[in-house]
Parts: sequence; structure tokens; C-alpha cells
Amino acid sequence: MKRATLCAAALLFAACVPVATRAQNPGTVFIQNATVLTVTHGDIEHGSILIRDGKIALVGADLKAPEGAAIIDATGQYVMPGIIDCHSHIAVDGSVNEAGPAVSSMANIADVLNPDDINIYRDLAGGVTTANILHGSANPIGGQTIVIKLRWGKPASELPFQGALPGIKFALGENPKHSNFEPPPGVQPRYPATRLGVEEVIRQAFIEAREYKKQWDDYNQRKAAGERNLIPPRRDVRLDPLVEVMEGKRYVHAHCYRADEILMLIRVANEFGFKVRTFQHVLEGYKIADEIAATGAGGSTFSDWWAYKMEAFDAIPYNAALMADRGVIVSVNSDDAQEARQLNQEAAKSMKNGGLSANDALKLITLNPAIQLGIDARAGSIDVGKDADLAIYNHDPLSVYAVVQKTLIDGQVYFDRQRDIAGRATLAAEKQALLDKEKKAAEAKKAEENPEKKPEPKPDKKKKPPQDGGGAVASGVAGGAL
Amino acid sequence: MKRRLPRRSIPVVLLILYVALLIAWAYTARGEGGEPRYFAVKNARIVPVSGPLIENGTVVIANGLIQAVGTNVAIPPEAWVIDGAGLTVYPGLIDAGTNIGLAQDDDGKKPGRTSGAAGPEDRPATTPWRVAADELKTDDKRIESWRNAGFTTALMVPEGGIFPGQATLIDLGGERPGDYVVRPRASVPVSFKPVGGFFGFPDSLMGTIAYVRQVLDDTAWYTQAEPIYQANPTKTERVRYDRTEYVLSRALQNNEIVLLPANNSIQIVRAIRLADEWKVRAVLYGGQQGYEVAAALAASKIPVLVNLKWPERAKDGDPDAEQNLRELRFRDRAPGTPAALAKGDVKFALYSGGLDGPKDIFKNLKRATDAGLSSDAALRAMTLDAADILGLSDRLGSIAPGKIANLVVTDGDIFNEKTKVKHVFVDGRWFEIHEEATPEKPGEKKPEADDAAESRQAQGVEGVGR
Repeated sequence: MKRATLCAAALLFAACVPVATRAQNPGTVFIQNATVLTVTHGDIEHGSILIRDGKIALVGADLKAPEGAAIIDATGQYVMPGIIDCHSHIAVDGSVNEAGPAVSSMANIADVLNPDDINIYRDLAGGVTTANILHGSANPIGGQTIVIKLRWGKPASELPFQGALPGIKFALGENPKHSNFEPPPGVQPRYPATRLGVEEVIRQAFIEAREYKKQWDDYNQRKAAGERNLIPPRRDVRLDPLVEVMEGKRYVHAHCYRADEILMLIRVANEFGFKVRTFQHVLEGYKIADEIAATGAGGSTFSDWWAYKMEAFDAIPYNAALMADRGVIVSVNSDDAQEARQLNQEAAKSMKNGGLSANDALKLITLNPAIQLGIDARAGSIDVGKDADLAIYNHDPLSVYAVVQKTLIDGQVYFDRQRDIAGRATLAAEKQALLDKEKKAAEAKKAEENPEKKPEPKPDKKKKPPQDGGGAVASGVAGGAL
Repeated sequence: MKRRLPRRSIPVVLLILYVALLIAWAYTARGEGGEPRYFAVKNARIVPVSGPLIENGTVVIANGLIQAVGTNVAIPPEAWVIDGAGLTVYPGLIDAGTNIGLAQDDDGKKPGRTSGAAGPEDRPATTPWRVAADELKTDDKRIESWRNAGFTTALMVPEGGIFPGQATLIDLGGERPGDYVVRPRASVPVSFKPVGGFFGFPDSLMGTIAYVRQVLDDTAWYTQAEPIYQANPTKTERVRYDRTEYVLSRALQNNEIVLLPANNSIQIVRAIRLADEWKVRAVLYGGQQGYEVAAALAASKIPVLVNLKWPERAKDGDPDAEQNLRELRFRDRAPGTPAALAKGDVKFALYSGGLDGPKDIFKNLKRATDAGLSSDAALRAMTLDAADILGLSDRLGSIAPGKIANLVVTDGDIFNEKTKVKHVFVDGRWFEIHEEATPEKPGEKKPEADDAAESRQAQGVEGVGR
């Protein structure tokens, strides 16, 4: 009663009730009566999920909502772990390629995260909660990469998936050797131009990185031994991340197509003592699934794209299923802001193409990419203790009829279909008002710039002596006046 | 027909000749720097900015500096006196970022087909040794045009490249280029615009940021390594000379300001983070979406130079193109940035950026005041705060004894479009303002500079001894 009066006094009556309920149990969300697709321990009919402080606190069929929890009624709906897109280029300010040097490891996606990219919101609307933001594939060794959560509305500093190891993009084959375009006249083609050259560039870079690391190790040793007047080695922002790769502090995500180049990279990685974390695209992965599985690398592939360039001619839609069958941790990725909105369908394709079970198909976009990105302790399934990153669909997400209703990250609703629909008119009105305002200002400016146009006739006309019929009339008038 | 002078008139003629010679000498001397160095504006309304308004006050200028200001001020006998009745005296305005006085060339502005750089070691588009002061063109007509509008000081920022050079703070008047220069190395501007072109480094934003990071790392290394080498030349390998490192090392050791580009909110937040990482004395420029992140700016304590060239719809764009709501909002709200920064306790100054002339500056400033910026705050941003941000508030930005005598005398509120600037003092040099015969248009040739001596003659100044 007292509280109600207070709220009314503050003219916040409308906001009073939800604020009050939330305040009693902040951070507690209860999703009830849903089909819960846990991915790790089966599906729960009429199940519920209790979320506390952004983490999944309880999952089960017989849960009761604690008092004060914000209730999400998901009757007839499906809850699955938030989708993890292992290959994305959204949320990047500027080009995703630093395409000048063949080794562009100094470039860092983390420097140019763009939290305003509308694709963050659109991908949220497709159930995606986490994305591996990669540098492009223009170079044998590309830029540094980062895993983000799609926390739409938060600043860039709050996007990174805390605790996820950073990565670096490698690229093999046609893209780094520039097979599919010509430089403009007068510009020299860039080295490398062959797969042999791509290998050489990578090896050369790691030879330099090894030498660089040695310089630093020597310096630190001598300094620790008390030697004075030492000039330290220069810091090299290009080689630092490669040293981190060799030290296991940074994952390698390698864009690749053909079996031969994949085997090449495995050999190079062995030579320099690092591991490739994921082979991206890996369209011929099915040919060498055993070799990939033996290295522990993951394969992150497309569902059914092929033949769009020479090196993609041997791609088959069974790739995901075949690699999974041989023990490779497989994910299906988007590599595309639009495709990312239907990764559920991309995953479902592997049920038809390769006969994966529904749960294994779901794993392609949840638990498996989580493992590939080293975040499976926090994401990828609906298990107690994991982050409450969830997607709620109106149908089974592996159905073509499935539409995302809500997407939660850390227990917070970041996308709500009803809220979105309800808000569209407001946004459209705001936009129209701004357009009108701009138009009006432009007209006013025009009028201000040419104020004399209307009232004053052109001066030269006045001086013109009457010559023709019209003039005769005018002169007649003048004559009359005289 | 000629007539011989009577003998008795010879002394008179001699006297007349003598006086004429004196006058001629006086004029010649003035032309060579013997101009008056003492002025007083009396009975004026004085807006010191650093203190409360003074009605019926007097400002005394001596040898380029403000000697005294107040209601009870003695006017030295040698001073030229301007009766300021009905006039207002302001500190000269500071344009905190412009290219006036600099040659306009396209050198480096447009990304070429390729920078030719394979990596940071090739130092693409990097010329920090260029100092704007050394390239000052005092015959740039815009200097006079700015001055006539009340600007006495400008940060002259070189353009073109990632490290285009060092910006110079100039006063907008003087006999020789060197007179203009207040601080030759006033800041190190940085651009994040990719310059690589096809196959050249860097051709992306992230590559450009990485490049700046490498250059600053290299500079820090040089700063550390060079003295070690100099102290131990027989035991240490010689440190390779690198012009960029050499120049930047000195600039950063002098705690020179580093100007970082940041116009929209994302760029601003990013620049705050980079400034923290790079440990430089950063000032952001652009700042137009500051209204969204005023709190973050305030917390960072990093000042902002706000570009008065407000965003506009692309002129030659497709009229039917779908407009982005966020862009629409930005164009609508950008002029609200100065007000938001003032409210949020963010130190900021204003700059003309690419605006064509003072008319546009004041027009765009009016949009900021219409959006809630008080004229007091606007004046402060264009005087004392600008001086403070540039580290020169001990000598610029307000009317106080000891400050450089940069003053604007107007017949009303300086931000009112009907107000006329009557006199401008730059470094204690007096400039009388002639009304322009034709309305000023961008690109149009402006009237020739006043002949200083003639204009002084024509003025109603009570010259002492006349």
C-alpha cells in the first residue's frame, strides 16, 4: 500500500508493478512448461528452467517457480541452448580483411568490434547467442579473432565471451593465393600465388616467431640474471599472436577446402608444435576425417554449399555427418549474417544428408561449436551451472516452421518477437518524423539560399530595349506614360 | 608658373619638411614593426570568461599582452584608446582544428592504388616530422576571414596520412609567419583512415589501429634503447635511426597531445580504450555522437574537440535510398553533443573541421545552442576550455592580466548573427574590421587584406599626440 502510494507520487505507476516484482528476486527467471532440448541429457517434456544471476540453476520437469521470479511461459514451445556460430563476420567496423600483407596477424578483430551492427540483433532473432568473429580469408595468416556474445545494446567492451581464448585466422587455397581476382593494371600480384607459397608464408612466419620468442626469452633470462644496460628486443605486434599460438594461448581457425592443403597445415603445425583448433569450411574434410580426428581439431563446415569455385567442387552435403561419424567434433557455421538466422535449418539438413539424429544435428550448432571454441563448460547445452544462453522456438527448432520467440543471454531477454513486433510501429513513426524533419530543414535551407529568386526579376531584362511584339506593348505603355 | 619662396618662409618650409619626414619615418617604422604596442578599450562591456562580467570596464594592452582589465584601470599615456561605449570585449575565439593556413593539396588524402607498404616497417603514410608551422601560408585568405569573424587563434592540423605531421597552434595575425606561431608542436594528430589501397598496408581499420600500436611500441622502444646505446656505445649494437621513432619519441617525451579520431559513439568508446592502452595524453577529435557516451567520456577525463561540421545526408546520394534510422538519429542529434558534454562535465572545444567559412561555423554553432548549449558554455568551449585542452590556458582563452592580447570587440552578443565585429586584437596587434562588400560565399575570392596603416588612419581612434 505504502509502496503503491510512493509510486503514484513519483508518477511511475505504470512501471511500479514490474519493478516491484523484479526487485523481490532480482536475476531470477523461470521458463516454464516447455519442451527443453538439453542436448546433453535428452529432451524434457513440460520442463522448466530456473535461471539465477544469469546461470542455469535448475532444469527439470517438476520445478516450481520461486516467488518473485520473472516467469516466461513457454507452453507448447521449445527451449534449446543458444546457437553458437563458429564462423561469423558480423559486428566488425571496417573491412574484415587486412588484405595488404600476406601475414596480417597484427590486425585484431577485438579492436574493431561494432556493437551497433544490426546483424547482431538479426542473428539474435535467429536464436544465435554466441559467435566466433573471424578475420577474412585474404591471407595465409590473417588477423586475430574473438568470441562474442550477442549482447545487443551493450558497448563493445561487454561483447566478448569472457574466458574464451582468442583466436587467429589462417587461410589456405584460392583466397590467400588470390586465384579468383586480378589486381588492377599496374599493381603487382601479391605473393603467394600457389598453395606451395601459402605453406611457405606460414612456415616463414613461424620461423620468425620462433626466433622472436627466443630473443625475448634470452633477454628475459639475461635480465633476470642481473645483466644491466640491456636493450630489449622490439615488440612486434605481428609476431606476438604467433608466439601465443605456439604457447597454446591462442586458437588457430584455419579456412580451408582441399584435403591436401589440410594435411599440409597439420604437418606445419606439428613442425612448430601447435595445434589447429578448427578447420573452417573444410569441405573435403570427409576425405581425411581420420587424420583430422587424430589431431583433435574440430571441423566447422557448411551444410550444403558446393561448386561455387574450383576448390569447392568436391564438396558434398554429407561432409558434416561423415566427419562426425569418424570422430571429428563437427559444427555447422554460417560465414554469413543472413545465413546465421537459420542455422537451426542448416543443422537439420544433416539429418537428411547423412542421417544424424535430431540431437546430433542440434549439437552441430550448440555443444560442438562450444567445444571447438573451448567454451563448453559455459555454453552449448542446457545444464545446471552453464550460462543461461537460450533460444525459445514456437516449434521444434529442427523444423522449417520453427520461429524464434525469445533469445536469452546470461538469463536476460535480448530478443523477444512480440516486443519486436509491438515496437515496429514506434520505430517507423520515429523514422518518418525524422525524415519529415530533415526534408523540412532542407527546404528551409534552399529557400534561405535563394531568397531573391521569386520577388526580383532579372536585372538584365529591365535594361533590354523592347524589340519584339511583347516589347512593343511595353513600350506602348511607357509611351503612354510619357 | 613657378614662384620663388620668400626668404623668410624658408624656416617654415623646413619645419614642414621636417614634420613630413617625421611622419614618413613613423609610417616606415610602423611597417617594420614599429607599430603601436599600447592600446586601451574603455567604457566597454568586458566578458573575461575566467571571471564575472565587467560593465563599463577597460582593457589595457601592452606589448602583445593584456596588461590590465577592470573598472578602475589607469590607461597609460602612450596607449591608443578605443571608446568601447556600446561595445563588448571577448577573448579571441579559438578554432580547435582547421586546415586554414595550410596548403591545400591532395597529397596522401586519397588512398592511392596501393601504399606500397608490406607492413608497419615500411611506415605507410607516416610523416610526423612535418610541422604545420613550417608550412604556414600567411597569404591564405581564410586567415583574415576567420579573424574578421572573431577568431584569433587556430589549431592548424596537417592532413593526409595516419601520422600526417604535428599540429601547430597559431594566432591569426602577425608580420611574418613566425609571429603567428603560438606553439609549433601543439599535438600529434592520428588518423585511422586506411591508406593501403590494393595490396598495400594498411587497408582496413583494424590494420590501421594495429599499425599505430606498432609505431607507438617502436617509439617506446626507441625512447628506452637510444640512451642505453649512447651510454654504452662500445658494448651495445647501434640503434637504427628511424625518423618516425626519433620524432615521436621527442614529442611523447614532451607530453605532446595525441589527437585520436573518434566521431561516433563506437569510435569514441574505442578511442578511450586505446588511449588507456597506449598511455598517451589523448584528446579526441570528431566527437559528434558524444551525446550517447558523455558518461564514458567524463569517466575517462579525456577532452574532446567537437567538429562543428554536423553530419548531413549525402548530397549526391540516391534520393530513394532507404535511410537508416540510426543515421537519421545521428544527423538529428549530433548538434546536441556540445550541450550533452557540457551537462556531463566533459571538457570540450569546438572546431570548424571542413567548414567553408565563419558564416557556416556560426550557423552550425547556433544549431548547438538551439539544442541546449548555453552561450556561456559555447563561449567557454571556444576560448578558455580550448586553451586548457591544448595546455595553454596560462596564456590564452580569457581576458586577464598577462594573457596574450587576443581580443574581439563587437557591438553585441558575439553569437548573435546580427552582431558585428568591430575590432580584433591578435597578439596585441590591432585589426579594424571592414564590412565585406559582398556576402561571403565558399570558394569566392575575398576582399584584399586591409592596409593596416590606412585602416588605422581611417579609424576614429583617439591616437595620443594627434
